[in-house]
Amino acid sequence: MNLHEYQAKQILREQGVNTPRGVVVENAAHAELAASGYLGGDSWVIKAQVHAGGRGKAGGVRIANSLAAVVGISDQLLGSRLITAQNAPQGQLVGQLLLEETLDIAREMYVSFLLDRDRERVILVASASGGMEIEAMGYDREIAQEVCDPVLGLQAFQCRSVAFALGLGEQATGVTRLLQTLYRIFTERDLSLLEINPLALTRDGRLIALDCKMVVDDNALARQPQLADWADDTQSDDKEVAAHAAGLNYIALDGDIGCLVNGAGLAMATMDLIRLNGGKAANFLDVGGGATAATVARALGIILSDEAVKAILVNIFGGIMRCDTIAEGIITAIREVGVRVPVIVRLEGTNVELGKAMLRDSGLDVVAAEDLNEAARRAVALASGVPA
Amino acid sequence: MSILVDKNTRVLCQGFTGKQGSFHSEQALAYGTQLVGGVTPGKGGQQHLGLPVFHTMREAVRATYATASVIYVPAHHAADSIMEAVDAGIELVVCITEGIPVRDMLNVKAALRANQARLIGPNCPGIITPGACKIGIMPGSIHLPGKIGIVSRSGTLTYEAVHQTTRLGLGQSTCVGIGGDPIKGMDFIDCLQLFEQDAQTEAIVLVGEIGGAREEVAAEYIQHHVSKPVAAYIAGQSAPPGRRMGHAGAVVAGGHGTAQAKIEALRAVGVVVADSPADMGLAILQAISRAPSRAVPQAVPT
Repeated sequence: MNLHEYQAKQILREQGVNTPRGVVVENAAHAELAASGYLGGDSWVIKAQVHAGGRGKAGGVRIANSLAAVVGISDQLLGSRLITAQNAPQGQLVGQLLLEETLDIAREMYVSFLLDRDRERVILVASASGGMEIEAMGYDREIAQEVCDPVLGLQAFQCRSVAFALGLGEQATGVTRLLQTLYRIFTERDLSLLEINPLALTRDGRLIALDCKMVVDDNALARQPQLADWADDTQSDDKEVAAHAAGLNYIALDGDIGCLVNGAGLAMATMDLIRLNGGKAANFLDVGGGATAATVARALGIILSDEAVKAILVNIFGGIMRCDTIAEGIITAIREVGVRVPVIVRLEGTNVELGKAMLRDSGLDVVAAEDLNEAARRAVALASGVPA
Repeated sequence: MSILVDKNTRVLCQGFTGKQGSFHSEQALAYGTQLVGGVTPGKGGQQHLGLPVFHTMREAVRATYATASVIYVPAHHAADSIMEAVDAGIELVVCITEGIPVRDMLNVKAALRANQARLIGPNCPGIITPGACKIGIMPGSIHLPGKIGIVSRSGTLTYEAVHQTTRLGLGQSTCVGIGGDPIKGMDFIDCLQLFEQDAQTEAIVLVGEIGGAREEVAAEYIQHHVSKPVAAYIAGQSAPPGRRMGHAGAVVAGGHGTAQAKIEALRAVGVVVADSPADMGLAILQAISRAPSRAVPQAVPT
């Protein structure tokens, strides 16, 4: 789960990490008041709070040099959808702005903590050059990398090494304190990413986190109640939010064949099969191993709420989840919700004959496919209006 | 022969009296698995499914001489259960539980480093040697004792591979679901090594997916250490970058972990990679038929 920048910075401040002074605002009048009152000064940074990187280039981070500009930019950003290189084509809603003081910056650097899957360790990555382009530069330009031992933590000598690599030898003690604090936050808050880009050195020698991105390990949200409370559903696709509430694993995509599958691997494989046959999946959907007929019916409802869907491919390998349960769910959904598009069903595994018989006897217009390839081929044909 | 488990493997169930533990223990017993008891703290001394329940793994291992355990404990306690099993001297720990926090798994891996125990999973279907020992949640009925070793990151795709090799009459020696998490126990290469040494296994199916670089590591291992035919399927060729596709570990991040890179790496070392998940059976037949070309280069004495 992503946190907003202002939430991440609140965590940093609570742990003694410097951030620019700032105020979160939801309307232009409040922004003006904050700029002229609490923040003061004569220029401000206005930052759209969306769960996506690439905000700067997309016009989501702006400088205002007058109160009139604060009002103008705030009005323009609030309520708009910010489209960046990293989010969905329809962008994300800007519901809040972070208004901050401007600072006199001498240098910008990059620091992040993340999981290195191959080493099975948390690693610290730092670069002497920070800013918007770091992602494009990729891993080649990293100048410092340290591996954190899960038992021993991040050692002071490792932090000093990073400090010298960043050209911050004179502030080695401060850098060590900062990095060890960030590592502590990373582990205590169950983060999978903590990125400070840029980390600024001001002309008066202070280290300040100008931006901060935090991603929380979804599996740990149950023991991170504060972070779980900070979830912002306005940043996700409506169908994904509804699916999540129903205990389904759903990802909206931009094709026209809805998919209902059990198992994440098979769900991905089903999308691949559709593409092999010249079609495009409208979604990834894993109903999970313990789904009931009601869950299957709800899943179909969510798939159908996507108006682009022209056919639905149900692909189930019944293990613990029996094929008759799936058949019952499909029949219930079609009877209750009504299904406006062709439904192609491929069932295999536990109670497969019973499931197929139930579908056949239901009298509903369901296309039964004998195998995986045939199911995908027919789904693609039916979605493009060709009788299959 | 087979790898890791056979008809004599004595198994304990952790989270024995819970809903999942009870259901799958019944299935395992029906399959013929030597399930010898289970652990649920607070219920020690009781009987469940006709087997003894213990408070702790130490007691359970002392009383039953079990060498394997299977974990159906909820996510936030599962890492602790793995460590308890390892501490009690269990040699093979199979963790089915999905949703264990990454931080917990980092600690588990650190603990395992100082130990001989093997971990399968978490977030996996388990391990089965058909006709002999089923530890996990896979449907026993689709399996057939035979000669294909299967190792997979995905549950239902393992079932697809099993189903296809059963229909072709090849059957399976042992199937290992290594799980869909980024930080996990046994990996492709651990299983490849065991399958290579196992006399019953004549060919190997590897089922991978997007995320990480373990398939690439497996490809390199195959090139140098595996003489048996290998077929593979990699899921997620059409997955959008940056999105986590159901499994915590299935994500293409910063251009790394793409299906394409994995497929190319495997093909480069002579593995037959199926484009379609429906063709894993065909791929293994093809791999077997052109087996001589997959001979491992012999080390040249210097």
